[in-house]
Amino acid sequence: MSEEVQIDQEVYDRLIAGGTSERIARAKAKAAAVRKAKIAEGQNLGPRPAEQASKALEDFRANQGGGGGGAVATKTAADESAGNGGRLTPEERSARVAASLGGNGSTSIGVPTSSSHTHRLLALVPPAGIQQVQSKQMDKVYTWPHLLLVEFVALLAVGSLLLVASFFLDAPLGSLANPNEVPAINKAPWYFMGLQELLRYFHPMVAGVTLPGVAVVILMAVPYLDKNPSARPENRKVANMAFTFFLAFWGVLVIIGSFLRGAGYEWVWPWTQGLGFTL
Amino acid sequence: MARKPPSFSDVKTNVQDNVIWKSIFRPGSIYRKGYRDTSRDRALAAMNNVLYHLHPVKVKRHGLKLTYTYCLGGLSFFLFILLTITGIFLMFFYTPAAGAGTELAYANMRDISASVTFGNLVRNLHRWGAHAMVFTVFLHMARVFYHGAYKPPREFNWVVGVILLLLTLLLSFTGYLLPWDQLALWAVTVGTNMMGYTPVFGDQVQFVLLGGVTIGPNTLLRWYVLHVLFIPFITVIFLAVHFWRIRKDGGISGPL
Repeated sequence: MSEEVQIDQEVYDRLIAGGTSERIARAKAKAAAVRKAKIAEGQNLGPRPAEQASKALEDFRANQGGGGGGAVATKTAADESAGNGGRLTPEERSARVAASLGGNGSTSIGVPTSSSHTHRLLALVPPAGIQQVQSKQMDKVYTWPHLLLVEFVALLAVGSLLLVASFFLDAPLGSLANPNEVPAINKAPWYFMGLQELLRYFHPMVAGVTLPGVAVVILMAVPYLDKNPSARPENRKVANMAFTFFLAFWGVLVIIGSFLRGAGYEWVWPWTQGLGFTL
Repeated sequence: MARKPPSFSDVKTNVQDNVIWKSIFRPGSIYRKGYRDTSRDRALAAMNNVLYHLHPVKVKRHGLKLTYTYCLGGLSFFLFILLTITGIFLMFFYTPAAGAGTELAYANMRDISASVTFGNLVRNLHRWGAHAMVFTVFLHMARVFYHGAYKPPREFNWVVGVILLLLTLLLSFTGYLLPWDQLALWAVTVGTNMMGYTPVFGDQVQFVLLGGVTIGPNTLLRWYVLHVLFIPFITVIFLAVHFWRIRKDGGISGPL
C-alpha cells in the first residue's frame, strides 16, 4: 500500500531558496504537507501549550481539594503549596503530564494513540541519559553480505580471466636442461630482470647483494622513516614522489632487461631480433 | 494413493535439519536451517565461519569501494590458495629427479602437458597464477603506500608485508627450476651466481642453495622441497600474522 504523499511546494521552494539540500527540503516539504492535511482533518498536533497544562493542574487541585489553598488555588498558591517546597505531588504531576501530552489521556505527543511509534518520547529525556558514546561513530556495514559479495565477484573475475588465459596460452617448456650448451639468450624471470639489468652496470656484489639488500631494508623501514602523520596526497608529496621514482626506476630496468636485451645480453631493438623474452 | 515427489523445500529442510549438518555449520551460517537476513545472523555469518572469520563482523563503508583497495590483498591470497591447489595436483605427477640419463623431472613435465587429464590446463594455471600473484602482491604494496596505510598503528604490518613480498618472489623463483628445461637451468644459474656474491659467506650460501658447486640433481631436490614445503610453510605463518594484524590494528586504513 503506497500512498502518494504530496509535497508542500511553498515550503519546498522556501527551503531551496534558503540553501537547504534538495533531499532535506523534499522531506521537510512532505512532512509539512502531511501536517497540513491532518490539521485540515481537525486533528490537534504537537505538544499542548503550557497554559493548558497549568489549567489542568488547577482543575485537578480544585477537584481534589488539596490542603492549604483550597478552592482558591492560583498559580502562586500552587507554587507555595503544602510546605513541600513548591513541588507537585505525584498525582498532580501525572495529571499535568497527561494534560500536556494530549487529549484523552493519551501518552503520545502529536502521534495518534493507535501508533506504535514511541521514539518521539526520547525527546523528553536529556541526551546525556541516552548516549554514552566514548569513541567517534563510524559508518560501518555488515561484512556479510556487503564485503563478501564484492570479494566473491573479484575472485570470480580474476579466476575466470586466469582460466581463459591458461586455456589459450601454454606455459613455456624448452628443451631438456643441458649444462654444456649455453643458450644465446640467458634471462631470469621478469621480476628479477631488474637485478639482472643492474648486473650490467655494477660489480655483481653491488648489483646482486648490496643494492637489493639496501632496497629491501629501506622498504621495510619506510613506516619508521616517514614521520608525517597525514595520509593525504597533498601533504606527502616527497614520500609519493620518492616511491614513484623507485617504482619507475625499477620498472624501466625490468623493461630494458626483458625487451631490449638480446644475445649475449647486448642491447637490441625488439623489431630487429624479436623480443627474446620468455615468461 | 500416489505419493507426491518431495518438493525442493522439503528436501532442503530434511538435509539441513539433522545433527550432522548442524554440527558442520555453526549458527549464522547461510547453509544452516533458519538463516534469516537479520543483523544477528549477518554478524554470526562473519563470526562463526573459519574463512569469513578473517574479516571483522562489520567493515567501514568506504572499504567496500572497489577503487579504494581494488581487492588486491584478497586477490593475492586467492591466488595463493589457487596455486596451492594446482600445485598439489601437479605433485601427483612430478618427481624431482634429474640424474644423468634419467631426467624424470623433465619427462614428467612432458607427461603432464601431453597425457595427464587437465594436466596442461592445471600447469598453465599454476604458471600464470604465479606471475599474477607476483603482480598483485606488488600492486598491493603500491596501493598501501599511496594511501599511507602503513602509518601508525600499522607500521609492523608493512614490514610483514615486505617479508611476504620477498617470500612470494622466492616461491616463484624456486618453482622456476622445477621443469628442468634450458630456460629453468640458465635462469637459475643467473640467480644463484648473484647470491654467490654475498659478502663473507657467499660461497657457503651458493653451496647450500645448489647442494653442490654447480646446478645438478641435488639442486633440483632442494629447490623442490623449498618450493612445495619450506617457503609455503613460512608464508602461511606470515600470512596469519598479516591478517591478524589487520584486524588488531583497527581494520583497513581510513579514507584520505
